[in-house]
Amino acid sequence: MSLLKDAIISALGEDVRFRENYQHPASVVFCTVPKAKFTEAAKAMKRSYALLAAEWATEETPWFGIFACYRWGSEYLIVKTVTTMDDPAFPTLTKKYLPAYRFERQMNSLMGVVPEGHPDLRPWLKFEDWPQDAYPLRKSFDASKPMPRVEGEYRWSRAEGEGVYEIPVGPVHAGIIEPGHFRFQAVGEQIINLEERLGYVHKGIEKRFESMRWEDGFRLAGRVSGDTTVAHSLAYCMALESMSGFVPPERACWLRALFLERERIANHLGDIGAICNDAAFAFMLYQLMRLKEGILRTNSELFGHRFIMDRIIPGGVAVDIDVKGKEKILSELKWLEKEFEKLVTIYDENPSLEDRVRGTGVLLPEKARELCAVGIVARASGMNLDCRIFNPFTPYDQHDRIEMDVPVLVTGDVHARTWVRIHEVRESTRIIRWLLDNMPDGNINGTIEPPSSEKAGFAAVEGWRGEIIYWLQSGPEGEINRCMVRDPSSVNWLGLEQSIPGNIVPDFPLCNKSFNQSYSGHDL
Amino acid sequence: MKFMPLLIEIMQLLLLLAAAPVFAGWVKMVKCWSQGRNSPSLMQPYRDIAKLFSKDVVLAENASWIFRFTPYIVFGATLLAGGIIPILSVDLPLSATADVIALVALFAIARFFAALAGMDIGTAFGGMGSSREMTIASLAEPAMLMAVFTMSLASKSTSLSHIAQAISQSDIHMALRPSLAFAFLAFVMIAIAETGRIPVDNPATHLELTMIHEAMILEYSGRHLALIEWAGMMKLFLFMSLGAAAFFPWGIAGAGNMAAIPLALLYLIIKFAFAGVVLVLIETGLAKMRLFRVTEFLGAAFLLATLGMLAHFILE
Repeated sequence: MSLLKDAIISALGEDVRFRENYQHPASVVFCTVPKAKFTEAAKAMKRSYALLAAEWATEETPWFGIFACYRWGSEYLIVKTVTTMDDPAFPTLTKKYLPAYRFERQMNSLMGVVPEGHPDLRPWLKFEDWPQDAYPLRKSFDASKPMPRVEGEYRWSRAEGEGVYEIPVGPVHAGIIEPGHFRFQAVGEQIINLEERLGYVHKGIEKRFESMRWEDGFRLAGRVSGDTTVAHSLAYCMALESMSGFVPPERACWLRALFLERERIANHLGDIGAICNDAAFAFMLYQLMRLKEGILRTNSELFGHRFIMDRIIPGGVAVDIDVKGKEKILSELKWLEKEFEKLVTIYDENPSLEDRVRGTGVLLPEKARELCAVGIVARASGMNLDCRIFNPFTPYDQHDRIEMDVPVLVTGDVHARTWVRIHEVRESTRIIRWLLDNMPDGNINGTIEPPSSEKAGFAAVEGWRGEIIYWLQSGPEGEINRCMVRDPSSVNWLGLEQSIPGNIVPDFPLCNKSFNQSYSGHDL
Repeated sequence: MKFMPLLIEIMQLLLLLAAAPVFAGWVKMVKCWSQGRNSPSLMQPYRDIAKLFSKDVVLAENASWIFRFTPYIVFGATLLAGGIIPILSVDLPLSATADVIALVALFAIARFFAALAGMDIGTAFGGMGSSREMTIASLAEPAMLMAVFTMSLASKSTSLSHIAQAISQSDIHMALRPSLAFAFLAFVMIAIAETGRIPVDNPATHLELTMIHEAMILEYSGRHLALIEWAGMMKLFLFMSLGAAAFFPWGIAGAGNMAAIPLALLYLIIKFAFAGVVLVLIETGLAKMRLFRVTEFLGAAFLLATLGMLAHFILE
């Protein structure tokens, strides 16, 4: 019996209805509540210390479905309520859960459902010069036509007083990074407020999914955020497979884990270097990029793509590894470990660098919890979260054999986020060795049937940034009715915004890099 | 004979113009090697300057004359400073008219106008850069003057030619004074801050929010930017020359000694090659410090310079 299920039953009693054989995998509890009880369900979840993992809306004529997904430990519970299309209002969760603030702005902007009592309904991911009534996620919206432009204004939060000034940064930045706007209010060098504005790389990915075939969706998922291509397509495939009741061959799962860990190592290496570079310690950047490049070239040689894009497919994986490939990876790991440890020593023993990273950009554990942060950001702020442990797929579920050791630090500063990455690189090299030594033989893929109508699939995968959630829903004809993508960035961007006030202006790039959230994954 | 000093003066200015980009290229080259990378050639700064000169200037609509004239003022003031510092020879006519205090003032003029220009356009970054630059200047200039006074106490003159001559002609015990050692340490720290090197500023960064000097000149383009960049390279070159003239003047040609100039050039190359390596070692081994640590850093420089002065009176 699940704890969250108990909690919601004892709070709502008869009002909560469980729907069997709809949500897959069955371990994810799915229930519907009347609209008036939506907040009460959230209250019950909050009392059970559950975190809000995602909130989204669907169109199921003549209703809008409003969904909230809660997580506690390894349990997921999805609460659904419906609202009519004539009066698309639903009670807001912002009073209970902070991340609902952006989820609901996004739902309001893209689906046109109205969270009643939400403090701030400015558009999010949508621009002020788009027509008010253009809701891209509604079925009636034609995505093939260009969006007409109207007059509009975005009201920024303001600060006034003597010596207060404003620094607008972006959306186009000096480096080769994605676009996003940051607006600082500062007194002298002290930042008193930071407001983020994202959405500049909104591509309508969720909408695009709805016009795709099930078996093609993984390609689009692999392009939600290019640096996390493995984890995103894996999450899509797992959600799809759970809907069709397909169990991928064991070897395929092990290979998926291998790809996932290689992606993690490559990105963490780049990130650690980039963090040092933002403190003007360029030596580390160039050395770590050299290591990262080594990993990427081996990927390209063995799996045919530097980032292993499109190698995870519904039903399994597209590429196998042979004995020679195994030897290649093992010898590369030996090289990597030796080089990496040398660099870690340099990072660790340089006081000037340490002075920059310690105590900078602190996201306090209580705050991280309140914001329901995920991934490396959460683990650097004292939250013990990792889908590989709490929601594992084969081979991560063999806990006694794999003996995962996920680092959790509590200081929540740039240093902690860097150290979590360093630990994870070490842990991932160990896991890869274990995977290669114990990999079972067998097929690497199977044929998967498209899911039947009126079903929902769910998957949560620990990408290198953190937990990626996909929620798929099939429509009456068995087509993709909705594909909800929740990149870790969707919640962690709020963490950056909250960790900045009190820091000084020139420390922002360093803090930002230590979070290194995806713009594309957030903007969809 | 009267023409000789004038000739030397002109030679020195030409050397400054020509060699400053090469020295900047050398620093870049050593830096790349220290990071395990291939480097651009020594001539790359020339190409960068040439590229900028061939580009159009993009001016903001509200740019006033200050913004347009600043590059010339910065370039001119820096070039003039090159006429005072004995790079090759102490036989400089301009050196008699302006001493080391005037030198500090020349750099201050350039900085003053750069800061004004940074604020002229009205962008957040320009104002931010100007404010930071002036904060650093207000700390670096007193420390610089203090170090300069210590040097001049040792040689009983504020003229750089005299200082260089006094130290190079004295015996080794004169040159190894504790007061000069303190002053030298202070000078190195100030030079790092003044020329915007790591750990005070990062000349290679693209992060606007962390910039100090670069933020001020962010709006410049085309020939304006070329002049400012060139002046920046000259400033680095001049601080190195100043250090060489005040603390390691051996090899600099004496008054009226034309024949010693080729040798002086050779010494110069050796000294600068070495100085570039030392600069890179400092820059590679350190991360940039938090902005407010710069006050402690320059405070320490001021303290060292003061100690040098005290050491002069107590020990010498």
